[in-house]
Amino acid sequence: MIQVNDLVKSFSDFRAVDQISFSVQPGEIFAFLGPNGAGKTTTIKMLTTLLKPTSGTLAIDGLDIARHPNEVRKRFGIVFQDPSLDNELTALENMEIHGVLYGVPARVRTERTEKLLKLFELWDRRDSFVKTFSGGMKRRLEIARGFLHTPKILFLDEPTLGLDPQSRNQLWSHVKHVNETEGVTVFLTTHYMDEAEKVAQRIAIIDHGKIVAQGTTAELKEQTKTDSLEGAFLALTGTTIRDESANPGADQMRQFSQMWRR
Amino acid sequence: MSAIYAMWLREVKRYLRSRVQIVASLAQPTMYLLILGFGLGPVFQEAGKGSYIQFVAPGVVGMSILFSSIFSGVGLLFDRQFGFLKETLVAPVPRTNIMIGRTLGSATIACIQGTLVLTVCMLAGFRPVSWGQFPIALLFMLLIATVFAALGTAIGSVLKDMQGFQIIMNFLVMPIFFLSGALFPLTNLPAPLSVLTHMDPLSYGIDALRSQLISVTHFGAALDAAVLGACAVAFLALGTRLFSKIEI
Ligand SMILES: Nc1ncnc2c1ncn2[C@@H]1O[C@H](COP(=O)(O)OP(=O)(O)OP(=O)(O)O)[C@@H](O)[C@H]1O
Ligand SMILES: [Mg+2]
Repeated sequence: MIQVNDLVKSFSDFRAVDQISFSVQPGEIFAFLGPNGAGKTTTIKMLTTLLKPTSGTLAIDGLDIARHPNEVRKRFGIVFQDPSLDNELTALENMEIHGVLYGVPARVRTERTEKLLKLFELWDRRDSFVKTFSGGMKRRLEIARGFLHTPKILFLDEPTLGLDPQSRNQLWSHVKHVNETEGVTVFLTTHYMDEAEKVAQRIAIIDHGKIVAQGTTAELKEQTKTDSLEGAFLALTGTTIRDESANPGADQMRQFSQMWRR
Repeated sequence: MSAIYAMWLREVKRYLRSRVQIVASLAQPTMYLLILGFGLGPVFQEAGKGSYIQFVAPGVVGMSILFSSIFSGVGLLFDRQFGFLKETLVAPVPRTNIMIGRTLGSATIACIQGTLVLTVCMLAGFRPVSWGQFPIALLFMLLIATVFAALGTAIGSVLKDMQGFQIIMNFLVMPIFFLSGALFPLTNLPAPLSVLTHMDPLSYGIDALRSQLISVTHFGAALDAAVLGACAVAFLALGTRLFSKIEI
């Protein structure tokens, strides 16, 4: 379902993704784990046509991404790590616009929107502007929106970031549900090893842009002679903390935009 | 088709909700109209050119359309920073449609804004010479708005931050405004200035508005329409190209 060969992405002279290859089978739940800055989001951006690789090939459902971006976009859904909602619209309007862009028929759209907003406990706030939501509520809306259409592949980039335990449970059981009933292939990243262990059938561990290990949880544990996924992860990637590079541009822009809206 | 409509609707909804901003953005054109209109009025009259308010009102309308369409085109920059742009870029619709929807939304907003400014002009004493040509004037407003909304989207596609926007404002948008003949007649200008004014698409836009609203024209409405049409096509093509190349 996903086929990646010798993928490289460089930002000026820094290699964020360094010659990785892997494949994900149809119907599989695949977890992509790695420390901060390992290159997970960059890989997902290339898989979802947002970023062009420096070299290497990517295929989704047998289609080369560089040559058929529009066809590829019809096959996946994504929940981004970073915010991607329109803050000036209501929750319902955000769902609506997503449904229209993804060609979900009006009736199905209304039905599913209600079901999903109820599932993620946003139904009572459906007519509130997203800018009035708490961080976790925004996150839940992003997730609900991601499930509005049924793609062949679902990319989840740290979907549980900032979610309470209830919502996390809800999310993973829903992920398992669509995987089992509709055969949706899932490609996910998370920093919670227990989540990966629970839902993922196969795991790849990436560090400094390189894949350092791949396999089932059992295989990874055996390979590192540890007794938990967390232990295996630490054994493979070391115990030093990675600095997350800050983005000074974004803050300034936010301030400016606030001024602008007055 | 529905993607174009969805993107258009989003732009228009956001605009209609920002009431304070709508009123605030009327302030600048109103100042130009009143202060320049009444300040330069006597000199203009003495030079035998008639009423300056009559002359400058179409220019001020054109100015508000220019600013409004460029600003909302550049709204792309905010969508990039706040993340919503990603959501539209991964959607299973050709990026051309997303771009067209956004641009038409921006153009619609600019037209509403232009109409509001025209109303302010009438409150200040401006009178179109014939109401019959009014609908044609509105069509020209839409054409001007499309030209600059497409330019705004093209610019917004390549800019990454606000510094870039300041540069565009100072070195592109302001010159387009000042060179357009919005504030002065295009006749008897020194040669270099005359050349620059002829290269400015807004010159043709404002000339077109004058041809319909006050029956005065420098280039002739047919040439105006041709140049504006060609610019609209060129900028839409450029905008589409740049927009579909956006990486995040
Ligand atoms: N546009 C960019 N320009 C320059 N460097 C970038 C850019 N985007 C990402 N990087 C760098 O590439 C590396 C990988 O980033 P990426 O976002 O893929 O990490 P990640 O594995 O998703 O980490 P996290 O767990 O923190 O989300 C980081 O060092 C980051 O600084
Ligand atoms: Mg990431």
